[in-house]
Amino acid sequence: MSLALHLPALQVVIPLISAPLAVLVRRGGWAFLIVTAASWAALAAAIALWLATADGATISYALGNWPPPWGIEYRVDRLSSFVLLLVSATAAIVLPYARASIEREIPHAQHYLFYAMFALCLTGLLGIAITGDAFNAFVFLEISSLSGYVLIALGRDRRALVAAYQYLIMGSIGATFFVIGVGLLYLMTGTLNLADMAERIGAIRESRSVLAALAFLTVGISLKLALFPLHQWLPNAYTYAPSVVTAFLAATATKVSIYLLIRFYYSVFGESFVFQKLPLPEIMLVMSIAAMFVASLVAAFQNDLKRLLAYSSVSQIGYITLGLSYDTVNGLTASLVHMFNHAVTKGGLFLFVGCAVAVAGGSSLARLSGLARVMPLTSFGIVLGGLSLIGVPGTCGFIGKWYLILAALEKGQWGLAMAVVTSSLLAVAYVWRFVETAYFREPHASLAGRKEAPPALLAPALLLAGAMLYFGLETSVSLGSAAGAAVMLMAVGK
Amino acid sequence: MSGGHVLGALAIPLLGGLLISGCARRPNVREAITLVTSATLFLCVAALLPAVLAGGRPHIQLLEPLAGLPIAFRVEPLGMLFALIASGLWIVNSVYSIGYMRGNDEKHQTRFYVCFALALSATMGIAFAGNLITLFLFYEVLTLVTYPLVTHHGDDAARRGGRVYLGLLLGTSMLFLLPAIVYTWHVTGTTDFQVGGILKTQLSPAATAVLLALFMFGIGKAALMPFHRWLPAAMVAPTPVSALLHAVAVVKAGVFCVIKIIVYIFGLDQLDGSADWLVAVSGFTILAASVIALRADNLKRRLAYSTVSQLSYVVIAAALATPLAIMGAILHLAVHAFGKITLFFAAGAIYTAAHKTDVSELDGIGRRMPLTMGAFAIGALSLIGIPPAAGFIGKWFIMSGAADGRHLFVLAVLAISTLLNAAYFLPVVYAAFFRAPKAGAEMHPHGEAPWPMVAALLFTAGMTVALFFLSANLLHLAGKVVAVNP
Amino acid sequence: MNFGSHFSYAMTVFLMMAGLFVVIARGNLIKQLVGLGILQTSVYLLYIAPGKLIGGTAPIISAQFQIYSNPLPHVLILTAIVVGVATLALGLALVVRIRETYDTIEEDEILARDHGEPAHDGA
Repeated sequence: MSLALHLPALQVVIPLISAPLAVLVRRGGWAFLIVTAASWAALAAAIALWLATADGATISYALGNWPPPWGIEYRVDRLSSFVLLLVSATAAIVLPYARASIEREIPHAQHYLFYAMFALCLTGLLGIAITGDAFNAFVFLEISSLSGYVLIALGRDRRALVAAYQYLIMGSIGATFFVIGVGLLYLMTGTLNLADMAERIGAIRESRSVLAALAFLTVGISLKLALFPLHQWLPNAYTYAPSVVTAFLAATATKVSIYLLIRFYYSVFGESFVFQKLPLPEIMLVMSIAAMFVASLVAAFQNDLKRLLAYSSVSQIGYITLGLSYDTVNGLTASLVHMFNHAVTKGGLFLFVGCAVAVAGGSSLARLSGLARVMPLTSFGIVLGGLSLIGVPGTCGFIGKWYLILAALEKGQWGLAMAVVTSSLLAVAYVWRFVETAYFREPHASLAGRKEAPPALLAPALLLAGAMLYFGLETSVSLGSAAGAAVMLMAVGK
Repeated sequence: MSGGHVLGALAIPLLGGLLISGCARRPNVREAITLVTSATLFLCVAALLPAVLAGGRPHIQLLEPLAGLPIAFRVEPLGMLFALIASGLWIVNSVYSIGYMRGNDEKHQTRFYVCFALALSATMGIAFAGNLITLFLFYEVLTLVTYPLVTHHGDDAARRGGRVYLGLLLGTSMLFLLPAIVYTWHVTGTTDFQVGGILKTQLSPAATAVLLALFMFGIGKAALMPFHRWLPAAMVAPTPVSALLHAVAVVKAGVFCVIKIIVYIFGLDQLDGSADWLVAVSGFTILAASVIALRADNLKRRLAYSTVSQLSYVVIAAALATPLAIMGAILHLAVHAFGKITLFFAAGAIYTAAHKTDVSELDGIGRRMPLTMGAFAIGALSLIGIPPAAGFIGKWFIMSGAADGRHLFVLAVLAISTLLNAAYFLPVVYAAFFRAPKAGAEMHPHGEAPWPMVAALLFTAGMTVALFFLSANLLHLAGKVVAVNP
Repeated sequence: MNFGSHFSYAMTVFLMMAGLFVVIARGNLIKQLVGLGILQTSVYLLYIAPGKLIGGTAPIISAQFQIYSNPLPHVLILTAIVVGVATLALGLALVVRIRETYDTIEEDEILARDHGEPAHDGA
């Protein structure tokens, strides 16, 4: 009865328990401590699981000692441990920032509720990544989504309410489609355990019900991951949510949905079925290219930095799904590593934007003009993140782009390779809108006499800025995990 | 030990930049640090020379951002030469900068010195890069750290210039260079620079030509037409930036990459006609840029187009890809650096002392600034290619290489371009010394620029002449690049 | 295979489409939530109906009963109902807040009221 044996359960249970505790103490300060401690414990568990699966091992944990496929199974392999690491590390970095950030953006009386919601959101996201049970994944998806809607609605602009409501409608449709897909699969296979489902589905893969299930799952999850053109909820939600929520959700929520999609495609339906028998790669390719170009173009015309970055997220998600549509080891590696690196980049960027908002009082580009003179570190951080979005070598954004181009050239698709690099140039266009505003204009009136954001805000942001450079130069963790997971998925997916 | 020197060459400017940024309030300390840093860097680079001359190839490997593609450095003679020139001229340029920045009362001087130091670090990275990925990394870093220098004045003109600068340099490198590198890696499984090249028989001649095109247009810093407009746009920068970066570090990094890729990726004598189009394009660039320079009245603009044209000398020589022509390319890279920096120094000195930027205003200025205009004349002679200025040597070898291969087109281009060079430089010299000052010029009495600037430009002018007599050393180093068994 | 065994599927699809249509086509926030509720209800039916075998009993281990209905869908749908209730509650709470700040629950009027306001500046 060692603790290490129960790591998969603890991974989810610790943040889960911290949520009601945070509500019970009813004090912002205590709630902060409890949830932060829980997130750090979750990070420790994630690191331990990541180390344990680094050699390709798979950990299966029977919840409540009900053996799978009857009970709920938690299943940790290279892919899920990678996502667990990403989610819990983001939470562990973002939470210390939250304290100083919500001080400025959320009424004091609601602080403990904020932490409780944050803990639930974290629980949900971790749960999706760790569970081996389809219906359990739905429940976790809804836990993370519902708490996410609440977190977004806490934004101080009144449009946050509308944004949260719209996200709730779209998100619930997505989740309902997901559960319809799961239901159809359950009707056809009689099991909810993903591994069991994968075995039983072999013979009936081409039945119409399974195809319908695949369609429902794809559309449902695509809504959640904001695949173009199902991204309509994302810009408003990211723009009006409190800074710290935007940072956390941008780094994790869409990424976990991508994980879920990959999990179903490769581990349940099988790579050979999804990508070779069906026209799915072609559809995804078109959507991805459209996302890369349309969303980048739209981003270049935004007047609000948060919204600009939100559209950039849509376009970067296009890169991730593009890699997926290649259906090669290098393409999948590109997807996974870009998923990780983009989370680091966008998380860091939104934290820096949060610093700017805390000082300037808004995120419209007009308000941020001349930011560099008042807040040089923050401006530099945003530029660095922007360079990573462009994919400049030395930043983590470059790694994914390299593999995307390599995978395209492997297939002899010069056109796709050119599409990838051309759309990075569009990223230059929108990143440079910020550069020229921050560095070439006189400071806005609201910045007069202001100084850099306090260290409590700046330190986590700078940590992620460091991570952008670190994962651009030393990639044994990010690329190693992504490549390992890609090889594993392609092997089992046949 | 030697690997440590390579790291030192990268770290010294970085460290210097860090120290400089800490001394924003004390200009004297700040500038002292700049000088000490540049001198230390030069010594550090020079310490590598004996080992390289002896046939050693100091190398070091750092991180591995992509599997099988480490950030690696490997010092070979070409990089050695480039690093020596860039780091040596940084010392001179620092002296000059101090005079210029103080003389013109420029703002944000600390940022200027910091970015300069970072740019040198990136240049060292390019010079010593051991594979394409390292080269690409530092190539992009150089573009980015020079952006604040180009847009130093922070006004609308600077912003527009900065847009063109960044757009073209980042754009070409992302659009063409990156796919070219990925494709090279895909085809050969390596991106290391190897003697004899790594692309041998894998590609058809047509594919080789396409890949070469991606590389050549991807290296926007070589200013091959039609991607040359960033260089004139970058002239909005303060003159020391134009001098060191846009006569030496940045543009030379461009043609350095061109030579390096042709010699160590494609391999000498491997191109067999795949580079014919490059000869044509660079020949066109030489002539077209010269014609534009002829019509430019702004002195810095004229110098910029002259640089565009001279860079293509190096490209055209590299495109011939014969040992003799490559030697010519290398020599031209070296001697043009000294000549062009002298000209820019002179332009900056004229601006600082007389506040004049246009060629048409320079009548009679040689009487007030004899030293500056004398140096200008030497620089001009070097660029035209008249002995005893060093420019002659480069041109001589390129022409010999062209004559060897019976490339009449190249010979003709070089001959016409020599005439054009003379046509746009000699009138400036003539007007400065022999024409009477325009009426009203007496209203602004002035003498020479501050002494650090004059000292710097006299030194580079002296070097331009000295190199002509010391060319044996240069030849020795250049010969090692093209030697089959170095 | 008779109409009876397909009836539940037909109802499921009908409710699904009806719910989805209401969500998409209506501008009133409450009506949208009603639509969402109908959409979710269709899922309950999708799961529950196939779990019932005609003539089957509750799964009790006994020699008397040979045919059992599957109890698992009921358990799943209990969870799904909880999720649905939570979604609806949260949605309604948001609508209440929206009504308090905007004084309307019509989507187009809300958009009209926000129109022209500079993004995220508040003041």
